Amino acid sequence: MRVYFSMFKMRLIAGMQYRAAAWAGVATQFFWGFMNLMVYQAFYASSGTEPPMPWPQLVSYIWLRQAFLAIVMLWVRDGELLRGIADGHVAYELCRPYDLFKTWFARLSAMRVSSAAMRCVPILTLGFFLPAQYRMPLPAGFGALGLFLLSLALSLLLVTAISMFIYILTFITLSPIGSMLIITVAAEFLQGSLIPVPLMPEPLQRFLDFLPFRYTSDLPFRIYSGGISGYDALLQTGVQILWIVVLLLLGNAALKRVLRRVVIQGG
Amino acid sequence: MIYFKYVRMVIKSFMQYRASFWLTMIGQFFVSFFAFLGIYLMFARFDNIAGWSFGEVALCFGVVQTAFAVTECFARGFDIFRDFIKQGTFDRIMLRPRSTILQVLGSNFELSRIGRLAQSFVTLGLAASWMDADWNAMKAVTLIFMIVSGVFIFTGIFILGATVCFFTVEGLEFINIFTDGGREIASYPLTIYAKWIMRFFTFIIPFGCFNYLPLMYLTGRAEGRELLYMLTPLAGILFIAPCLGVWRLGVRRYLSTGN
Repeated sequence: MRVYFSMFKMRLIAGMQYRAAAWAGVATQFFWGFMNLMVYQAFYASSGTEPPMPWPQLVSYIWLRQAFLAIVMLWVRDGELLRGIADGHVAYELCRPYDLFKTWFARLSAMRVSSAAMRCVPILTLGFFLPAQYRMPLPAGFGALGLFLLSLALSLLLVTAISMFIYILTFITLSPIGSMLIITVAAEFLQGSLIPVPLMPEPLQRFLDFLPFRYTSDLPFRIYSGGISGYDALLQTGVQILWIVVLLLLGNAALKRVLRRVVIQGG
Repeated sequence: MIYFKYVRMVIKSFMQYRASFWLTMIGQFFVSFFAFLGIYLMFARFDNIAGWSFGEVALCFGVVQTAFAVTECFARGFDIFRDFIKQGTFDRIMLRPRSTILQVLGSNFELSRIGRLAQSFVTLGLAASWMDADWNAMKAVTLIFMIVSGVFIFTGIFILGATVCFFTVEGLEFINIFTDGGREIASYPLTIYAKWIMRFFTFIIPFGCFNYLPLMYLTGRAEGRELLYMLTPLAGILFIAPCLGVWRLGVRRYLSTGN
């Protein structure tokens, strides 16, 4: 296990080098969040009835998503790894005496952490100083903040576990672009990044409870704002853990399966 | 025309990876489909946005998506122009006795955007029947003007983004604010935003010309000035002129990165 932890650390440090890219990302993500909020604001202003999600909760939902985009979004990917699968470089990795699943998991999660670590602070700081209607609210309480941090850490594991299937699938399709596009755009909707889950119709919300995606972003963000609290929050964090375990087991088995039939064509 | 020869070659090379091509096309369809689903669900919760109905917003969304898909289809070369600079391919382009614009346009043709285009056309068709406008020939022509205008404006932004690469070598993610971000912003009539955003995207980058201005005419909000609002998309087309000017300037200033 120590090997994989060092790999994680190594990748983390490497990822932290791309500071210029991070600043460009901050600007874009901040703008994107701002634009989203303006659309929602117009919807809220023209609504006759009270929307099911109070405005401050929506604001924190959007800013948290923008700040931790690198953690929650499935389209964040390791292009080098994907190319390696298609062009056969992965053969070198297969020769090494490590477990491929754990190596990749360490590598992919480190990439997400380093990228999010550099972006979240400026975005959240800016968010806390915006004019009142767009200002990032404080967490619902100390308990909420603690549980949010735990749940966000679990999100990292859950998203990375889901993303492993994209890399495993690439062993079969060899060209990731198409299948990746379909998976990531569907996941974006199902996790509540396209429109927040509480604004969706109730039957759809019940349906999303049974899929893993909602637990990657909707859950931690709503714990932060107090939209999900108390017993419910603990229970759903439990579901989150359950999904991580299930997907890790499935992913591991799937990778073993595709590796058994992988053919490296010379090189 | 030589451009079509370029395009035919690019399509042929894409078709070598047929399965991937189809998957990407389906993926493109879903990108636009889920974006539309998002808008639909918002209107299931709220019945209007700043006075615009679902049908009207859907039409706006359809126009932007169509224009963006067409632009990405044939102006993709400018979108990935940093590769030309980084790899020194642009030197080769400059050696040939054809215009640089033509060659960059012909270097790439994203046929997979047809997936997005298909979805956009469906949206446009549905939206036209949902909104209560009495459609006539004039309005249909305006709708076509809007799409054409959108294509020219997005192409202009792509060219501006590419021109930046002459000076920075690295492409700037910042320009995404105006391409992808612009597509998102213009998915709704600009009147829903703060005044300064509406002004910026009307007078500096003229999204308004294919967005709320002609839309006001289509939805009968332009009493007395119908003709003016109907012709605004044509004004948007002029945006391409300064973009081409800046491009010329960039080409003149270009220093090769060597190879």
